[in-house]
Amino acid sequence: MNYFLRKLGTSLLNLIAVVVTIFIVLRMMPGDIIEPMAREEASRLGITYEEAYERVADRYNYNPQEPIYQQLVRYVKGLLRGDLGTSMLNPKNTVVSILSVALPWTIFVVSISLIISFILGMQLGALMAIRKRGIINNSITFYVTIVSAIPSYIIAIILSIIFVYQLRLFPKSGVYSIDVTPGFNMPFILSVLHYSVLPITTYVITSTGGWILNMKGSSVHVLGSDYVFAAQARGIPEKIIMRRYMKKNAMIPMITILAMAFGGMIGGAPLIEGQFQYLGMGAYLAKALGERDFILYQGLLLCISISVILANLVADLLYSKLDPRIRLE
Amino acid sequence: MTRLLHSFKDFFKVIFRNRQATIGLFILTFFVLLATVGAALTPLDMTVDYANRFQMPSWKHPLGTDYVGRDILAQVIHGSRDVITLGVVCAVMALGIGVIIGSVSAFVGGFTDTLLSFFTNIFLTIPAFPLMLILAVAFNVQNIWAAGFILAIVSWGGVARVVRGQILSLKHAEYIIACRIMGLKYWYIIFKEILPNMVSLLAVQFIGLFQNGIASSMGLMMLGVLTYRPTNWGVMLSLALQNTGIAYNPKGLIYFVTPIVCLALLQLGCIFFSSGIDQALNPRLRTE
Repeated sequence: MNYFLRKLGTSLLNLIAVVVTIFIVLRMMPGDIIEPMAREEASRLGITYEEAYERVADRYNYNPQEPIYQQLVRYVKGLLRGDLGTSMLNPKNTVVSILSVALPWTIFVVSISLIISFILGMQLGALMAIRKRGIINNSITFYVTIVSAIPSYIIAIILSIIFVYQLRLFPKSGVYSIDVTPGFNMPFILSVLHYSVLPITTYVITSTGGWILNMKGSSVHVLGSDYVFAAQARGIPEKIIMRRYMKKNAMIPMITILAMAFGGMIGGAPLIEGQFQYLGMGAYLAKALGERDFILYQGLLLCISISVILANLVADLLYSKLDPRIRLE
Repeated sequence: MTRLLHSFKDFFKVIFRNRQATIGLFILTFFVLLATVGAALTPLDMTVDYANRFQMPSWKHPLGTDYVGRDILAQVIHGSRDVITLGVVCAVMALGIGVIIGSVSAFVGGFTDTLLSFFTNIFLTIPAFPLMLILAVAFNVQNIWAAGFILAIVSWGGVARVVRGQILSLKHAEYIIACRIMGLKYWYIIFKEILPNMVSLLAVQFIGLFQNGIASSMGLMMLGVLTYRPTNWGVMLSLALQNTGIAYNPKGLIYFVTPIVCLALLQLGCIFFSSGIDQALNPRLRTE
């Protein structure tokens, strides 16, 4: 319980710090981003410039003319009400409404990729630790080396050129076909899967390598420990030692890496989702950046930072559940 | 001086004994030569020449020409200078920040440690790449120093954490405690006892930062927030994607593939070399 509260407190503090950091980044934007919009609004609605400025500032929940602490108060108040302002390009869309559309797709793709690459990595990593030589080991090493040398966005580009443009097997953009009705029906589910194949493949190809290396290292470490030696001395079959002794114990430290991997994947999303125009957080981040829609950008950045904090918290709690020693520290 | 020469000789002896490290060293040397000697010897002509666009490799243009008839090889060579400089600038800055914060955190301890660790944690929490994007826009990055600074700001966190951990474990090592009991000066212990034990760690971190800095800077260029020189590999890649119709145009393939191959080779060199450098500088790994 004590451990849980402490972790929760750390996460909250982290959250506050992240909010402040993103607030500061937004304030570093060159020039007054509200001013041109206020001028435009004043001439369009026939109201005074000051009045228009006030209206625009309210809409974006951001007034650069206020003193800095007042801006922070306004920002935090807005956050607590769930108000992140509206998109600068299309004031009809609130940032929160865009987030609620985009976030589920990113979470969907990233978590499926995380599960697949985790399972693959655990199996292959354990295999590498057992078989020190041979063709399997060599080919896995080759794969890991190649994948760690090529950044994920390049793999995304190559996959999209081959499968989207040359072979035309997968759609160019979107998250599901416009012909299906969203809901729990077969055509919709198949369409969603069809649209997400390439982003998931990209994530799996690039992140499995890291899992393999980590799992291999951890397994080798476990294999060197006394209780494995004792088990071997007792004549327990190798297969059981591998499964019950090595794999299980070697996987425990992997749990903390899960959160880091999640953060890394979501951080790479602007390039990968952007390449496939898969309309999740990443694609919106890339879009907001291209259109210099800073209000939308800070909302998206805040949202993915919060999901990383949550992922860290979950990983910490899971870790303490699996390894009770942690709770005592 | 002779001692330094001796350890230099030792260093290369160990590197050449390890096949991976040797390959890595060769690749890295090749790119450094390309960026210095190669760039000095190859004239760069960026004038547009539509008549000669998309030429196949020939004696005049060993890698053919791009979508407006400029020599690809010359662009790649001049680009390597930019890419490597940016990687080094980023790595030096990030290593500097990371080492300062990590070591102050570990040496001073107490509240300072808590505060700095918390600060480090923030930068490890906010996803690096999106933060980098918005910082690049906010600072309106136009030159190599600013670009390196942006890359460094988001990547020092890992270094700080590793350095802090290493110093904390060294602090309680028996030979350091012996030094303290002998009453040796604080600075003497840091520079003569602790620092030499961190060289391999810092070298590996440096290469990692260099490698990541290059990969992310190319990512930034592809999203168009960092466009300071058209010959940079990342800019070449994004130009290839935008202007050659690469998805349907096999003629643009060389222009598109060349920066990718160069990037992958350079990254490969870093990976191989850093695995060897760890063994070369860490005598404990050698005997095993």
